[in-house]
Amino acid sequence: MSAVMIIRKPTRKWEKLPGKNTFCCDGRVMMARQKGVFYLTLFLIVGTCSLFFAFECPYLAVHLSPAIPVFAVLLFIFVMAMLLRTSFSDPGVLPRALPEEANFIEMEIEAANGNVLAGQRPPPRIKNVQINNQIVKLKYCYTCKIFRPPRASHCSICDNCVDRFDHHCPWVGNCVGKRNYRYFYLFTLSLSLLTIYIFAFNIVHVVLREYRSKKMFHVVSLTPHCTVLEVLVCFFTIWSVVGLTGFHTYLISLNQTTNEDIKGSWSGKNRVQNPYSHKNIIKNCCEVLCSPTFPSVLDRRGVMLEDSSSPTHSDASAASTHKSSNPVSQTTKSSAPLIPNEHTPDEAKPGIGAGTQKSTSSPKGEKPPSPTSPNAVAPAVIKESTH
Amino acid sequence: MPFHNLQELRHSASLATKVFIQRDYSDGTICKFLTKFPAELDSRIERSLFEETVKTLNCYYAEAEKIGSQSYLEGCLACATAYIIFLCMETRYEKILKKISMYIQEQNEKIYAPRGLLLTDPIERGMRVIEISIFEDSGSTSSSSTGSSPSSATAQ
Repeated sequence: MSAVMIIRKPTRKWEKLPGKNTFCCDGRVMMARQKGVFYLTLFLIVGTCSLFFAFECPYLAVHLSPAIPVFAVLLFIFVMAMLLRTSFSDPGVLPRALPEEANFIEMEIEAANGNVLAGQRPPPRIKNVQINNQIVKLKYCYTCKIFRPPRASHCSICDNCVDRFDHHCPWVGNCVGKRNYRYFYLFTLSLSLLTIYIFAFNIVHVVLREYRSKKMFHVVSLTPHCTVLEVLVCFFTIWSVVGLTGFHTYLISLNQTTNEDIKGSWSGKNRVQNPYSHKNIIKNCCEVLCSPTFPSVLDRRGVMLEDSSSPTHSDASAASTHKSSNPVSQTTKSSAPLIPNEHTPDEAKPGIGAGTQKSTSSPKGEKPPSPTSPNAVAPAVIKESTH
Repeated sequence: MPFHNLQELRHSASLATKVFIQRDYSDGTICKFLTKFPAELDSRIERSLFEETVKTLNCYYAEAEKIGSQSYLEGCLACATAYIIFLCMETRYEKILKKISMYIQEQNEKIYAPRGLLLTDPIERGMRVIEISIFEDSGSTSSSSTGSSPSSATAQ
């Protein structure tokens, strides 16, 4: 046994992730950078509910029913759980492309675009796919170096591409996307109920006191101030949160995102319809709210390998689930990819005549894939430019 | 390429190139991969084996994303517990992802490693691509490119 054992804390992947997120609890919690408004949300909810539990509930429990504060507590717990779940979870961030994948896509784009004359702007990078008899354009993200999947969008605040991007919500301090949309919706719905509940019972409380005592504000002087404060907060909250819940209920019934609604993607002009909608409100709601919970593809808590010298233990096919890092990508660091072009010597290109015929529709057919000598790695492939 | 297992592959071969199988969005946003056979694998593996692998993976993902009574029950139960139950319980999707990684490992050991190929689980690439690494035997001579390709011309 060595005399000195230096135990180094393993570097986890979240420490090296690009993008402008902040991570807490060793990668378990993921939020946006600006959290000020989130703290305000927390303060408003916890503050108002505390006042309600402290001042109204004792009176209402005695004079009306003990079920009232019990239900309020359950509703409050649900609201907080939904809020924290929305704020702390990964909204569906798409990890950026690794260098080989980015190069592969670049090659594809170059093959598709052909020769661009010097000084001329290259055509925009767009891929067309057909979904349910509708042509959908997939845009290329220059930051993440990927073609964004349908319904994904790049959030400039978090600097990430998010799958099924809805919007970036400062009130929850996170993006709302595929993985946390239902929690966000349930948060707004339950918060609406909680606000209406507190508002209603504040009114009931004031009416009861006035009815019983015949004199306004006869009893403990602190109580009516709190009641007024709660009523004010609830009144303004109701208008915004109930409205938001209504808006999202409308979006869910049509299977649209806020992003698509704002951009007018499926507004119906040019006979463009929403290809994701099942044309049935129940089915749309089921898909958004009852579909299986999608796991995070961003491996935050995986351990990063310090050395790329020898790939250890398990193989790259994630035998021990996605917590293990990928040894294959580490080994390629030592050999930089060589992108072949028309100057690559012919000896390096194998005679795969049959293979070249299969790779269709590329205007310059002189870039066949070339598994070259071990030292030069060439991720060159030609594929069809459009599906 | 007589690699008998993945360890041998890792230690004696060097990475030549990588092929990326892209997503198929024709059925919407569900996870599905194109079964189109890439040209680089032409000399390395039979088309039917490759298509079988991708189709099986597509089936697994379809099963994971299926909206049926099971997902509905799971969702309702989780909602009733304010989703706290997910802290202790594994979701159906995660269970199927484990099955997928076992399947990929099995395919690598039985079919791909003996041919000098290696599949990477799509979850490690953000579910965007299936990455297939093509290895060259570093023990062979430098003109390895002509080694295997013309000889084993598979049926097209």
